[in-house]
Amino acid sequence: MVEDRRLGDLIAYIILTIGVLIVAFPVWLTFVASTWDASTVINGEMPLYPGPYFLENYKRILFVGTSSTTREPVIGMMLNSFIMAMAIALGKIFISVLSAYAVVYYRFPFRMAAFWIIFITLMLPVEVRIFPTFKIVSDLNMLDTYQGLAIPLIASATGTLLFRQFFMTIPDELLEASKIDGAGPFKFFKDTLLPLSITTIAALFVIQFIYGWNQYLWPLLVTTKDSMQTIVIAIKKMIVTADALTEWQLAMATAMLAMLPPVFVVIAMQRLFVKGLVETEK
Amino acid sequence: MAQVTLSNVKKVYAGGVEAVKGVSFDIPDGGFCVLVGPSGCGKSTLLRMVAGLETISHGEVAIGERVVNQIEPADRDIAMVFQNYALYPHMNIYDNMAYGLRNRGTPKDEIDKRVKEAARILAIEPFLERRPRQLSGGQRQRVAMGRAIVRKPQVFLFDEPLSNLDAKLRVQMRVEIKKLQRALGVTSIYVTHDQVEAMTLSDKLVVMNAGQVEQIGLPAEVYRKPASKFVATFIGSPPMNILPGQVDGHGIVALGDALLEARDLREDLPAQTPVEVGLRPEDVEITSEGQAGSLPFDVEFIEELGAAQLFHGKLSGHPFVMQAATGDVAAQEGRLWITVDPDKVHVFDPKTGARLGKG
Repeated sequence: MVEDRRLGDLIAYIILTIGVLIVAFPVWLTFVASTWDASTVINGEMPLYPGPYFLENYKRILFVGTSSTTREPVIGMMLNSFIMAMAIALGKIFISVLSAYAVVYYRFPFRMAAFWIIFITLMLPVEVRIFPTFKIVSDLNMLDTYQGLAIPLIASATGTLLFRQFFMTIPDELLEASKIDGAGPFKFFKDTLLPLSITTIAALFVIQFIYGWNQYLWPLLVTTKDSMQTIVIAIKKMIVTADALTEWQLAMATAMLAMLPPVFVVIAMQRLFVKGLVETEK
Repeated sequence: MAQVTLSNVKKVYAGGVEAVKGVSFDIPDGGFCVLVGPSGCGKSTLLRMVAGLETISHGEVAIGERVVNQIEPADRDIAMVFQNYALYPHMNIYDNMAYGLRNRGTPKDEIDKRVKEAARILAIEPFLERRPRQLSGGQRQRVAMGRAIVRKPQVFLFDEPLSNLDAKLRVQMRVEIKKLQRALGVTSIYVTHDQVEAMTLSDKLVVMNAGQVEQIGLPAEVYRKPASKFVATFIGSPPMNILPGQVDGHGIVALGDALLEARDLREDLPAQTPVEVGLRPEDVEITSEGQAGSLPFDVEFIEELGAAQLFHGKLSGHPFVMQAATGDVAAQEGRLWITVDPDKVHVFDPKTGARLGKG
């Protein structure tokens, strides 16, 4: 029995290790490529260990940029991406927590109709309604602005649904106890509902931050100025060059940098995030 | 402190379902009123209307001199204890109790005084810093009561507060609630489906069924003189035996061949009027064959309860249960002869279920 279990453990570990290697190897390769000079990366004989150009490459890409394609230092793009991702994540949380509160706790005419209309927008992501959305944003003079980047992506039903499901698990007696304790609708929201929603909010924040950070199509459309471009678009621009050598070491450094904020968010909120998705605290 | 008056209170839901069909009674200042009835009888709805958690479709609820129909729950000067405690999970015990006072702008030192006082009374002082999750069911129930006490309300409302506790704790908390209510002298309304709680706690018992009041009275009164067949079978455990019979002259009912004296039987009923006769299992006494008014009872099996035994069987062809203290009767199956005190024979109208009593 004991032997069997050890064998089972061993097999499990081997499979896991293979999985980790498959996932981690490209990341490692990216990192290694970002620490050599251009000629080493391009000649196809790049070693699998980090080279001596780490500081130089990262300093160059962060504060100067590539020589031909994107022209802007990556630090500015990271800032753009960060502002967009934060605006999307926080905006979504704000809107969906309020709309879910209205849908679950208020009895108003066409309440369910309102809910279903929100629900149906799940079938209409930005990609589907991209032309009309672009037209509206451009008519509102929001091209090349943070508002234009974030607002169309804020509107979506996922958050509302998540909060609705969570609110419906909160016992009605809590609301009634609050009423008797003299808490009005806003106080109940602030003193009871929000504190109970912390883990759900954290989960939604992580998901939406990464969603916002990884946006490609929409920022590509609404930003034309180099100073407004996001890091994801920059990577793409860096590796497609018609008349110059791709500066692979810089593109790879940018890719590494693009990974950092989402990784940081996940690690920082991991505990709350898992709790929010798995357990409901009541 | 205040008396609570309900006059012709009705609850009609959208769609025309009448959950409460016109209920009127009052609870004197400091009284302990228990609403008891099966699930869906409207007792909780009635309580929630007093609390202000349900709108009142018709009629009036007054607390003291003030009609509260249009007053928000927070302003009715009531406190409520819920079945699932409804403690705020993210606040510690102290904040749970203080929350209502803070919302009312009570000064900090006054809040502190009242919360500590309530914690002392309920023996939950060691837990003030903990979260509700870290407490046992009984402790949470105390906190819920503490939350009610600190408010010093005019009326306490209890909505089946003990049904989430285990049997032993329930008995203990029942006694504590009664003691506490007496000590504080706050008018209380208590909803339960448990007839033992109803009997022990109340000084005014309201038995409800299908949205209507079946009987109001002292618990002993309700037990001794149930106003209807429903009350008779609902109050008392094991429930009262109901047997078909007919009137056989003044104060006499016939059960099959046997005659039984019923002292409280109405006198204007002609002979042969079909009636239903109610006999409580615990009112039955053993006698010997041939005694006047003795009934044959065929015992089929016996349940041992420890202090008492339940004899299940047939009396003139109908299922019948009798209770006897262990040792009083030889526990054996077969025929027994039984008799019932004429004062303890209840007669009901088979159609309406109303008691056919003298007055």
